[in-house]
Amino acid sequence: MGQTETDSGNGKATGKYEAVVIGVSYGGLKALENILPIISSDFPAPIMVVQHQDPLADDFLAKHLNRLSQVQVKVAEEKEKAVAGVVYLAPANYHLLVEDNHTLSLSIDEKVNFARPAIDVLFESGADAWQARLIGVILTGANHDGSQGLQRIKKLGGLAIVQDPQTAQAQAMPESALAATEVDYVLQLGEIGYFLNDIIGTGTFNDQ
Amino acid sequence: MTVSIHKKLQNEKIEFTLLLEAIYHKYGYDFRHYSVAHIRRRIQRRLTLDGIESISALQHRLLNDETFFFQTVFHDLSINVTEMFRDPSFYLAVRQKVVPILATYPFIKVWHAGCATGEEIYSMAILLKEEGLFDRLQLYGTDFNDLVLEKAKEGIVSIRSVKEYTSNYQLGGGTQSFSDYYTARYSHALLEPELKEKILFANHNLVADQVFGEMQMIVCRNVLIYFDQELQNRVIDLFYHSLCRGGILCLGAKESLRLSEQENKFNRLLPGEQIYQKGYGTD
Repeated sequence: MGQTETDSGNGKATGKYEAVVIGVSYGGLKALENILPIISSDFPAPIMVVQHQDPLADDFLAKHLNRLSQVQVKVAEEKEKAVAGVVYLAPANYHLLVEDNHTLSLSIDEKVNFARPAIDVLFESGADAWQARLIGVILTGANHDGSQGLQRIKKLGGLAIVQDPQTAQAQAMPESALAATEVDYVLQLGEIGYFLNDIIGTGTFNDQ
Repeated sequence: MTVSIHKKLQNEKIEFTLLLEAIYHKYGYDFRHYSVAHIRRRIQRRLTLDGIESISALQHRLLNDETFFFQTVFHDLSINVTEMFRDPSFYLAVRQKVVPILATYPFIKVWHAGCATGEEIYSMAILLKEEGLFDRLQLYGTDFNDLVLEKAKEGIVSIRSVKEYTSNYQLGGGTQSFSDYYTARYSHALLEPELKEKILFANHNLVADQVFGEMQMIVCRNVLIYFDQELQNRVIDLFYHSLCRGGILCLGAKESLRLSEQENKFNRLLPGEQIYQKGYGTD
């Protein structure tokens, strides 16, 4: 927050990115294994992740990724504040949302795009909360979830990143996101972790 | 003059706050302590579905059209999603750890707060019947939405859900065949009428109403996640005062007393499940 200066006169703001949201479906385990372990231990922003999974799945995924990573990876708990350097996974069978004060909420509302958790639900609420200070990343998947959410992030001035469909285990989700939004970066799976480390420390945005 | 998207978003947040005030002042329902991200999503959905241009326009309409409020917006804002034997491990834990405690009481009163269309209270009725507690049992299902209570009283579920419910029932330690508890009729499954005889459905608003009798067990799952911390504290306090000594409080799998002011007045019954017991030495 302290790094951001807002000029209330004309609504312009400049500053650094403050949060990352990632959406991933089919092929997600491998994709996340190629990104999260690369995130540096002093990463100055929280990362929220929706991975589509079986409603009865336990916290294996979080434990597994936590073992591989320098940053802490955990299942999101309701009402906890999203803090820098921590990766929050949406729990199985719950939507994950972000409040304006950057605390996390869970809901059991109807599935969205046949999914709970749904990527759109996280991305849209995250966009409202962080606006231009948010980075959205769409990875491999065999459906269209996340396209609308990424559009919302972009519309509010945030940064849109999509995994190069050629490097995705399932191409439908990244292709759908590319069709829906003018994305800023199309990256190979192996580049994404390094790119996030880089831009979160140095990148700046400018609001219209 | 064009307004920047950020200004527009700021304005929408103001309109949203005013909308919840308007609903409270006009209808007495207080959504001001609900999760904002959740309510905003519901309202946004309503705007899109009905082609309403702004939150202010929605506010104007629901102040002047009570039918629209009660049949549409109120329903949008209440929590209606539920399923039978959701989180089977919870039901297994109730069978193994809670039933022996309940069995010590001569008469057992169980309150499902925020029961919506009743799927969970029927699940509990089945479980307690199989565990031999049916004869000394009274279940109460409450919600603040009369429309869902009417549906709960019918005891009808969609046939499409039955396959999942059957699987949940088995994983939750069911001792019979789930098909013993319903009769299939076209697209619906009618739940065994005997279950209904033990359930009383009533209107109760967790946000506004008071203590609800002296219960041996209260079940309130996936309701508190929609409330802010202040409202959660108030509701947990209400539950505390509605339980007998040694009474059981069951929350949803992702809810806990972790941040609650009442945490030290309850003991966690077992790890892994959100099942708590009120201390015996307090009242």
